[in-house]
Amino acid sequence: MNELAPDTYLTDDGRKIGPPVLEMKNITLRFGGVTAIKDISFDIREGEIRAIIGPNGAGKSSMLNVINGFYHPQEGEIWFRGARRPSMKPYEVARQGIARTFQNIALFKGMSTLDNIMTGRNTMMKSGLLAQAIWWGKAEREEIYHREQVEKVIDFLEIQHIRKTPVGRLPYGLQKRVELGRALAAEPKLLLLDEPMAGMNVEEKEDMSRFILDVNDEFGTTIALIEHDMGVVMDISDRVVVMDYGRKIGDGTPEEVRSNPEVIDAYLGVSHD
Amino acid sequence: MAEISASSAELASIPALLERNARKYAARPAYREKEYGIWQSWTWLETHEEIRALALGMLDLGVAQGDHVAIIGANRPALYWSMVAAQMCGAVPVPLYQDAVAEEMAYVLEHCGARFVVAEDQEQVDKVLEIQDRVGHIEHIIYHDKRGMRKYDHSRMNALEDVQATGRAAHHRFEEELKRRTDALGYDDTCVMLYTSGTTGRPKGVVLSNRNIIEASKSSSEFDHLTEKESVLAYLPMAWVGDFIFSIGQAMWNGFCVNCPESAETMYENLHEIGPTYFFAPPRYFEQRITLLTIRMEDAGTFKKWLFKHFMEHARKVGPKLMDGEPVGFGDRMKYALGNVLVYGPVRNRAGMSNVRIGYTAGEAIGPEIFEFWRSLGINLKQLYGQTEASVFITQQPDGEVRADTVGVPSPGVEVKIGETGEVFYRSPGTFVEYYKNAESTASTKDPEGWVATGDAGFFEEGTGHLRIIDRAKDVGKMADGSLFAPKYVENKLKFYPNILEAVVFGGGRDRCCAFINIDLTAVGNWAERNNISYGSYQELAGHPQVLATVQEHVEEMNASLAEDKMLAGCQIHRFLILHKELDADDGELTRTRKVRRRIIEEKYADLITALYDGSGSVSTTTEVTYEDGRKGSISATLEIRDAEVAHVRAGTLEAAE
Repeated sequence: MNELAPDTYLTDDGRKIGPPVLEMKNITLRFGGVTAIKDISFDIREGEIRAIIGPNGAGKSSMLNVINGFYHPQEGEIWFRGARRPSMKPYEVARQGIARTFQNIALFKGMSTLDNIMTGRNTMMKSGLLAQAIWWGKAEREEIYHREQVEKVIDFLEIQHIRKTPVGRLPYGLQKRVELGRALAAEPKLLLLDEPMAGMNVEEKEDMSRFILDVNDEFGTTIALIEHDMGVVMDISDRVVVMDYGRKIGDGTPEEVRSNPEVIDAYLGVSHD
Repeated sequence: MAEISASSAELASIPALLERNARKYAARPAYREKEYGIWQSWTWLETHEEIRALALGMLDLGVAQGDHVAIIGANRPALYWSMVAAQMCGAVPVPLYQDAVAEEMAYVLEHCGARFVVAEDQEQVDKVLEIQDRVGHIEHIIYHDKRGMRKYDHSRMNALEDVQATGRAAHHRFEEELKRRTDALGYDDTCVMLYTSGTTGRPKGVVLSNRNIIEASKSSSEFDHLTEKESVLAYLPMAWVGDFIFSIGQAMWNGFCVNCPESAETMYENLHEIGPTYFFAPPRYFEQRITLLTIRMEDAGTFKKWLFKHFMEHARKVGPKLMDGEPVGFGDRMKYALGNVLVYGPVRNRAGMSNVRIGYTAGEAIGPEIFEFWRSLGINLKQLYGQTEASVFITQQPDGEVRADTVGVPSPGVEVKIGETGEVFYRSPGTFVEYYKNAESTASTKDPEGWVATGDAGFFEEGTGHLRIIDRAKDVGKMADGSLFAPKYVENKLKFYPNILEAVVFGGGRDRCCAFINIDLTAVGNWAERNNISYGSYQELAGHPQVLATVQEHVEEMNASLAEDKMLAGCQIHRFLILHKELDADDGELTRTRKVRRRIIEEKYADLITALYDGSGSVSTTTEVTYEDGRKGSISATLEIRDAEVAHVRAGTLEAAE
């Protein structure tokens, strides 16, 4: 076998985990007098599924918004693919290859599944407004190419039957899947999922877990997810960061986190002796 | 035998027909499949090359003559190809129901002794791996969809396209061997083995020879004048004999095109896009389409509603006559033509039936209103009667002699007779060879002269020579007072109501009949929405008092119509309940072709049946359910039992009889 690069290891199921793609160094985020995130550092390695968990108000979504470029931390550094990232707008972050889904679904309700997923490729479309409007030459070729990529995502997520259905008419679980599709269509290096399984029933959760694992496995996409459902988190993630009141109280494999007394106290709520 | 003419002797197997099609219809489409939102198509020449590559790859894997190759999955060109490729290697394809749980699959795989399995995707591969330890002889799995398969141990499995690639690379080594094996295929060699779903007991492997399949395909194609220009949608289970005849037998014989839908959920849309010329669907399908249409019409504006109602009434009056070529007045013709533009055409188009030249329905009785509805729209919908053991065709309706209550005249080459007990027997070139490894059942079904017992009771109508089927012979029984008990007849009558999906009637040997009802979630759910009734599950909706009241009306209405028939008046439903779960094939309550398994239901719901007969007003019960992945759970419920009014048989016919 060929040598693995330093900083790289194989998981039990044979996936390759590489060096960190994203490093959060001493991040502090304040809203006026409220400190949402207090001096937190962690990294996300290439190819892994990284979970961020914590009770309500722990600062998980804020953390995702920081990564996403929506919030700008007062202190600390963000390193993406080996370089320090300057303060960026969300669309610039998206162009860098970070895509996300939202806790409250943020799709265009009146548009079809297909059109919604197409918007995921917006940042990649190069032809001008006029060319796109008259659908001529490069714009036409471009759209055909992008449609092909989108169709692959549709096939992957098994949502062919709702391709032309306005997403507003879809059940919640499917809308979540469409949102994942839109993020995937951007071919992200890093995929951020904000509570992908919130409000789902057991079957929908299982489906979603399978899709997340498949995305990671098939495309090698690095995934960072926030989730409440402990069972799901422990099952699918490689490493877990635990937050509580803006602080990091645990970081490690699911087993390590599970046996960390502070985590048990803060989150799982099981008394220990 | 006499039917082998010089030409058909050369065309004595499916691979031989494929060879001919690749020459004769080289550039015509053979298979289409919608993938990535686009219909991909393969010509006969391309199909031939694909199948050959797969067959060569199979030889490389060590497929031997006489092997059984199991095929599990939804309708995909690649899976159809693997059936023919297996035949080219001298092996026998055994398609399995793709929604079968691992348990059921284990029995069939064990019984047929398959060494090779062709599976559609990860889901099917997982099922096979789960049972592989028990079914020791499975050597190799070939899978079609690569998704999620990367991490699997590949020492005993391959992707189908990789097998083809190996086959292409190894063609020099195996070409001769393949030709030898393919040329050796004769009329009496096995073409396919299909497992019957079996309403009782274990599934049986029906061995069908090339003669069976090709003769049945040939004469049925001639009967309906099928040509290479037909187009069919392959969406019914591949393990079902009908699909094998339509999508392989007739498709190969005529050289027409088989279209595979994108997924089961997109079937309606794909049907609309393809617009097949030749279409088969079970009665349930035609019912569902009407239910959908009715629901949509209720959402339409007043004018459109009026338009639809007005012209549909006219269609019912003259449509069937026009199709049968009976005289119709000029004014009526003109009005029908107008309706065709405004209503019938668009409805046909939405249903994907614009091009249908011949449509068939079979498997169950179809409601007369439903049947007439489609025919009045100008769709040549006909009925046929058949079974796996006959390579489908026993009787079918010729054009111009179509009625809802018969199943037609004997198909070409088929002899039909009625036994002393009223059971229907047939003999034909399509008659199966044997049940695999089950000489006992073979002997009890097929007598030495080749007559096969269908297990259905029926009679020939005087004058027309059309066959009418009453019920399963073994289900027809007597009630305690000696009157006739025909449960299926009653169940079918109930199922003709759009709100009722399934019904199971009890009463054999008892003093009165009672029934279990399953409501149709689409129809009743829509009604609930319309009336602002909220519900969280099937169970909740099924227990709603208004739903119970509606079903009660249906039952009473049906009782009234039963009372008019002296012979069946005793089968009126006295008490009924709406089941708290839908009857499901995964729980063994229905067969994979969705026929009720009476005995299993009787055992499973014994407590409910007792309650139906002991007069109690409600009953609490807990039922085990099986989820799609094979895990088990349970649901409990308290069910209300309703008494239905029974119509009095006119002027004491019963007393008079006593």
